Amino acid sequence: MKKLIKLLRLLLPLIAAALTVITYYVIPDSGKQKPTEHPYFVYTVAAAAAVYIILGIISAFNKNLKKYIFEQAPFITGTVLFLMILNVVTTKTELLPILYFPSPDKVTGILIEQRVSLLQNLGSSLGLLVTGFAAGGSVGFLTGLALGYNKKVGYWLNPVTKFIGPIPTTAWIPLALSVFPTTQGANIFLIAFAVWFPVTLMTSSGIQSTSQVHFEVSSTLGASTLYRIIHVAIPNAMPSIFLGIFYGTVSSFATLMAVEMNGNSSGIGWYINWQKQVMMYDGVYAGLIIIAFLCTLILTVLFKVRDRVLIWQKGVIKW
Amino acid sequence: MVGSISIDSVRKEFKSADGSGETLTALNDFTLDIEPGTFVSLIGPSGCGKSTLLRMIGGLDRPTSGKITLNGKEITKPGSDRGFAFQGSNLFPWLTVEQNIAFGLKARGIFKERKKDVQEFIDMIGLNGFEKSYPHQISGGMNQRASLARALVGHPEVLLLDEPLGALDAFTRMNLQDEILRIWKEFGMTMIMVTHDVDEAIYMSDKVVVMSARPSKVEAVIDIDLPRPRARSQDTFQVYRSRILDILNLGGQVEEPEYSI
Repeated sequence: MKKLIKLLRLLLPLIAAALTVITYYVIPDSGKQKPTEHPYFVYTVAAAAAVYIILGIISAFNKNLKKYIFEQAPFITGTVLFLMILNVVTTKTELLPILYFPSPDKVTGILIEQRVSLLQNLGSSLGLLVTGFAAGGSVGFLTGLALGYNKKVGYWLNPVTKFIGPIPTTAWIPLALSVFPTTQGANIFLIAFAVWFPVTLMTSSGIQSTSQVHFEVSSTLGASTLYRIIHVAIPNAMPSIFLGIFYGTVSSFATLMAVEMNGNSSGIGWYINWQKQVMMYDGVYAGLIIIAFLCTLILTVLFKVRDRVLIWQKGVIKW
Repeated sequence: MVGSISIDSVRKEFKSADGSGETLTALNDFTLDIEPGTFVSLIGPSGCGKSTLLRMIGGLDRPTSGKITLNGKEITKPGSDRGFAFQGSNLFPWLTVEQNIAFGLKARGIFKERKKDVQEFIDMIGLNGFEKSYPHQISGGMNQRASLARALVGHPEVLLLDEPLGALDAFTRMNLQDEILRIWKEFGMTMIMVTHDVDEAIYMSDKVVVMSARPSKVEAVIDIDLPRPRARSQDTFQVYRSRILDILNLGGQVEEPEYSI
């Protein structure tokens, strides 16, 4: 009996997928949404169901995966049911304004039909983000290190940092666009700036929080100044630095969208804005979905790196 | 024999912390010679500058005047010839026990040749099986052991102990006292220990240096003439203890009855 309930829980997502496909074909369309060339939504649900089944088979040999799937099954079911209702509401009835709420068929259709150009835009966004992030992050780290470690540098640069840093990145856009010879340069600068400030602030605060005793311990053990910075101050600042990188990452996403929607001619932000201008809201949604995936992926990678680097804090970090 | 310390009329002043610009004199005209390989305890009222003296021997602070020498050479900065075990364990929380102990060897660039010393000290201090643990995962006593091993692994000529066992419970404390004595016997370095515990000082030391209140100088140097190993409950302990407490004016008095028979 218990086994049967467990099995049922695992089958729930597939039942929901079947229901979704049935409602798709059985309930007649309202006819207001422009039909797509192919039933893309059905393809998507079927593909997801196929992935679920494959993972289910693999999980027979992998305990962790099995546990994960068992835990997530109700959530997956809920998500599929939500999509089913969304489809009913948008294509089968006229409950929501059709212009702003395109059918799942159309949104998934865009993702599939325009995949090449979407990928190109994604690549352009990603390139901009990575370049800006690397520049801002490394300059921020070095500034924070200097500010936190050296009192004289701190005296001169701290007020400057605290005065300039809080300026919202978007406020720099007009100036950056006119000062930099290329838009690309301005964009990189703006994203770098968004990352620079929180990384500087948190690095400096982490370095300053290094305990005097740890410095003394290391000097009695024969460590040089450079060795102490690298092996005592920086590891001590790491949790704080990661917090800075996290804030910086989030604000770099916002800046990326802002610069791409202002005078850019590529990137997901530009794509969303363009689709809005031509009243193609299905494209807007497709763009939003891609952005969501991109940002989630980057944050997931960041958290994985953090867990690896800060393994000594296991059980202590709560974010 | 190396590891002889000579403290020659040292004076140490501090700027008072209340910002009044006044100076506090922690030590004044402090003179003491410590022979190589002896175990010396520094004891005295709190705030008398015991830790300050230890820090100056460690090279973490400089005397205002006078000088301190190790093997005849003036001490101006920390060096790996002197090991320092601080109050509390102060292991680096981001390093495992093993990495903490290896820190000094790595910092000095001699880790490769001396790699097996790390394991040797882990064995000696009884931390086998905890090499890969992080400090927050092991007990306070183990932290203290690891921190001792970290100070010892470079084979210093002098080991400076700043109330290393202060924060531990009584049993762990006694255990570690014996460990420290065993290590001292094995390596024969000079030991200088700051402590608040008169019994600890008597149990462990060759000489107990009693320091006066601020501005502090040597009040008395008491040789503990007891054979080793010592028993904690020895009768003669009592004699040394009352002598030290009397010097510190902490001996107390038994109230005399007012009537007589």
